Amino acid sequence: MSTSSRRTLIRTGIAAAAGASGLAVAAKLADEYGLVPPDNGGIYGPGQTLTYAAHRLLSRNSLAREFSRSQISNPPYANGKPPKLEDFKRHQAEDFVNWRLEVGGLVARPTSFSVAELKTYPMRSQITHLACEEGWSYIAEWTGVPLSHILERVGMLPQAKFVVYQSIQNDQWNSLDMDEAMHTQTLVTVGMNGGEIPVGHGGPLRMRVPRQLGYKSTKYINRLIVTDDLKTYRDGQGAGSVKAGYAWYSGI
Amino acid sequence: MVWYDLGLADTAVVPTQALRHSGIVRVTHWLTTICFFALLVTGVEILISHPRFYWGEVGNVNTPALFEIPIPASRGSVKTGYSYVLPDQNGWSRSLHFQAAWLIFFTALLYGISSLLNGHFRRNVLPSAADLSAGALSREIGKHLRLKVQNGAGSYNVLQRLAYVGVVFGLFPLMIWTGLAMSPGFTSAFPITVTVFGGQQSARTIHFFATLCLVVFVLVHIAMVYFAGFKSQMRGMILGRGAARQEQL
Repeated sequence: MSTSSRRTLIRTGIAAAAGASGLAVAAKLADEYGLVPPDNGGIYGPGQTLTYAAHRLLSRNSLAREFSRSQISNPPYANGKPPKLEDFKRHQAEDFVNWRLEVGGLVARPTSFSVAELKTYPMRSQITHLACEEGWSYIAEWTGVPLSHILERVGMLPQAKFVVYQSIQNDQWNSLDMDEAMHTQTLVTVGMNGGEIPVGHGGPLRMRVPRQLGYKSTKYINRLIVTDDLKTYRDGQGAGSVKAGYAWYSGI
Repeated sequence: MVWYDLGLADTAVVPTQALRHSGIVRVTHWLTTICFFALLVTGVEILISHPRFYWGEVGNVNTPALFEIPIPASRGSVKTGYSYVLPDQNGWSRSLHFQAAWLIFFTALLYGISSLLNGHFRRNVLPSAADLSAGALSREIGKHLRLKVQNGAGSYNVLQRLAYVGVVFGLFPLMIWTGLAMSPGFTSAFPITVTVFGGQQSARTIHFFATLCLVVFVLVHIAMVYFAGFKSQMRGMILGRGAARQEQL
């Protein structure tokens, strides 16, 4: 081996080591600042991570656009059909009086709320744009209890990192990081366009996350689980839609 | 006449001299090519889940469309007139679309910054005032109409420069911008990205038309490479040197 090629080899080695340790430091820092999404692995992991990190750096506390009442879409578009589950039909026949939202996990006081109870808490109404990943969209007014209020009420523990929400439909579940969960516009909604939420739009309870695409706004929710590790819930991917290829973070 | 001319050029003894492309231009060219096709294929895949376009903030099957693409859809919610629904591939398509968008963004950053610093824009891309004179322009247009587009001078001709300026400084930024204007997260931080277009659905529609313009550009670009001498042009963009220089080696 000639001196020059040895030198090149050493230089390349040092550069590679510096690059690798630089990446490792960047990854550790990114993790510390909450810039790494749960679906950071796999072939699309780099893209998902870049999008999530960029949005968390640029828009951690920004507010989704709100619209005037005259811009509300009439009629809004209800995507999909209400669940065909017997359980759901029974609740619907009872006018959802026995529908409960169970809140558990890393909380001091696990609690189960009825829809009527939720309606006694401080509410917020907002007219926001709901865009589906398919391409269509509508504007509607949503009324609900800020998720942050529910989390305070049950005494969320300080080590909490994610809030999982589950629909009565077993395969429909999702989760939010703390930035999104504590965001003022993230609501557990009980009303739409001034009335109850129509069943086609997710009544009686729908999570509304207006800074992300529609598939993050899960319908028919009946359970919240506060956790510090998404790997321990269900298939560990943070949302039912991840295995079908959909990004966990859908702010794009 | 045109085809006769072309035949002559192909059998000419003197090989056409392709442009010498710098390493950065070649690497970013092919990265852009890969990303463009990934974005195009996945973009079409996303489009077929809802092949209707709208203007303004909102649009869905309950609202009138600005126009519809007469193709079958991958979701049953859209009435397309076809009796079948295509397989839904949106999951991976979306993930690949955004991953390719990130890669093409970094590629464009590398190309843009290096071209500013090393004078590539100034020397090779921006047309000169003399090039833009009516006489020079009509001469070049005439040459193109006769398909005499060899890069004999070893430099981009004025029509080429205008096309590249349009893509690099016009269509590419417009694609990124309209893409970001559809992002609920990004527009929460920078609402003007979407309000400037009059709404998220307008941005989606412009994104679609800008794609069509890029597809036309790519088709013309490939045709021009063919007419200018496919082998030597490809050698130029892959190895960075033309046929004449190749012979000296």
